[in-house]
Amino acid sequence: MDLKKLVEPESIAVIGVSLTNPFNPANIIYSKNHYHYKARTYGVNPNGGSIYGQKIYTSITEIPDKIDLAVLAIRAELVPAALRECISKGVAGAIIISGGFAEAGRKDLQDEVVKISREHDFPVIGPNCIGIYSHPLIDTSFAQNERLIYTRRGNVSLISQSGGILLDLIIKLTQEGVGIARTVSVGNKAVVDEVELLKYFKNDNRTKVIGMYLEGFNAERGRLFIEEADKLNKPVVMFKSGKTPSGLKAVSSHTASIAGDYMVFSEVLKGSRAMEVETVGEFVSFCEAFSYYPKTAINNNICVISVSGGHGAMAADCCYTAGLNNVAIPSADQDKLRSLLSKNIQAIASLSNPLDLTGSTGDDDIYVTTKFFMDKDYVDCIVLLLLPYVPHLSSDIGARIAQLVMEYKKPIITYMPHVDKYGIFVDGFEANGIPVAHSVSGAITMAKGLARRRL
Amino acid sequence: MKPEVKNILNNSVKSGWVLEPLAKEIIKSYGLAASIFVWAKTMEEVLQGAKKVGYPLVAKIVSEKIIHKSDVGGVVVGVRDNNQMLEVFEKFSKLDGFDGVLLDEMLSGSEVIFGSKNDAQFGVVVMIGIGGTAVEVYKDVALRMAPVTKEIAVAALHSLKGIKLLQGYRGKEVVNLEKLAQAVVKFSDMAYDLKDEVESMDLNPVMCNKDKATVADARIILKTK
Repeated sequence: MDLKKLVEPESIAVIGVSLTNPFNPANIIYSKNHYHYKARTYGVNPNGGSIYGQKIYTSITEIPDKIDLAVLAIRAELVPAALRECISKGVAGAIIISGGFAEAGRKDLQDEVVKISREHDFPVIGPNCIGIYSHPLIDTSFAQNERLIYTRRGNVSLISQSGGILLDLIIKLTQEGVGIARTVSVGNKAVVDEVELLKYFKNDNRTKVIGMYLEGFNAERGRLFIEEADKLNKPVVMFKSGKTPSGLKAVSSHTASIAGDYMVFSEVLKGSRAMEVETVGEFVSFCEAFSYYPKTAINNNICVISVSGGHGAMAADCCYTAGLNNVAIPSADQDKLRSLLSKNIQAIASLSNPLDLTGSTGDDDIYVTTKFFMDKDYVDCIVLLLLPYVPHLSSDIGARIAQLVMEYKKPIITYMPHVDKYGIFVDGFEANGIPVAHSVSGAITMAKGLARRRL
Repeated sequence: MKPEVKNILNNSVKSGWVLEPLAKEIIKSYGLAASIFVWAKTMEEVLQGAKKVGYPLVAKIVSEKIIHKSDVGGVVVGVRDNNQMLEVFEKFSKLDGFDGVLLDEMLSGSEVIFGSKNDAQFGVVVMIGIGGTAVEVYKDVALRMAPVTKEIAVAALHSLKGIKLLQGYRGKEVVNLEKLAQAVVKFSDMAYDLKDEVESMDLNPVMCNKDKATVADARIILKTK
């Protein structure tokens, strides 16, 4: 199924716009897209008329424009007939926002949707979803703009089985400075599911990272998903819920009794290139790391450079728990590095990993130390723990360190406390292509993500 | 699927699972190594078979009615001689659905389990785990979609916590991991080939030593049609 026009439409029709209730989901979707997004937007209501001075069409077939996407927010029973109208109009695909299908005991209605879709090779998202966010073209969620946050343009696309979780994840990623490409809420995924979307995102130039919230795959779709994910040259990060066993079945083989649904899921993912994460925090960190380093996978040898012994010790613990190796630095290299440091810290810096350059350090020593290890094959990734309380640290540090990433093609991850006051330090890194975590463990979790990935 | 395998499966549909000696024939046809065994139904066959297998041996009940053999005292390990063998035969012949005795070679080595099942989301998956009967307690297992490549089999084995137990932990015999991984690949090919007929399988234990991985017991549960 070709999803391109559905995800990147030039024109949309919102079916179910109310003439009397401005809070009707269809009205929110209509106004939001009409006023704030680029796709040409038309409203449909069988009674016609106008709202906000705009003509409302009695049927999608009456609209004097080619329509790429129809957004249906009407009663479930009316959906099949509306889909047929869309198909006769030559629409490229539909999103069914409405609930009232399989999730509400009306599998028959959902089956009808599937039948219509398959007969006409007509892609359908949903039902029971908030559809697609594809800036600057469309946002079909029925939350008003003032209830959402401004996202950053970026390269992470999301697929979610829950609309509510999807909006949560968008907020968490945005707060962490991660930019969003597109998001799709799949709802009941009667037709278009994760497998179809992976195929679409594979060819979508804006998408470099795919994040997923999943409850479960449809029957036999898990295998196809894994096969697609293994062919895909983009990282897939997945958070799953519904992990708890759903009651014991009497089974006669050991294998069947040991290997419950979640164990199979989790194990099969371990054997694939898709990465399951355990917490939402890990989800955000992995997505952040890959959004900055979408083509990177590393071994697990980490070098931690800190300006505070405590932060270094915390990072070392986090590395241990994450299965990362705080690589040992040969004493000859420690001596060599010491000779390169400024007089301020030469005598007091601790140069075994995690390194503590102390609060007397400044930009030059941090730069020299980082460069020293960028050039060492035994280090796969450098984690910089920087504190703006250190007097000699300047806001130029991010831009200088970023030059090293470009020169040596080795990832650097930074920790810096995230408060508005330090924004210029953080931006110095992020604007120059280096991710900044707001906690030490967040920084190490990013490194864990890069080390988990298999190219 | 080879015709002889199809034949065994067809004949096992009624009970819903494949008797151990027949299950071993199936796994051998897929190139896996099985213990030396004889399926003996009379006293004469038992004594002849024991000569072939050699004492000490393992005697197991063969009965369509008994899938969990140990639970009913249907397994005797370390049968020493003809006298004990005949006693065991006598005892087994009183068990429900008696259809002979399986005389099985005694194997030594580390116990590994191979399993397979049909998963609703991922289709047929194979499981490998360490610990024989304790596998349900420790759940130290890895699962991958069948069929697996050699590379995946090796990585899956190394994902087990207990892999050290197979690598000569504290003087234990080192297991031939190369042969073990090859066996996992063959088993996964078999599980994939049988996916339309078989619901789940246990090869438990697979006895692993420095030379090879040998299947000592096999249970094949068929799909109910």
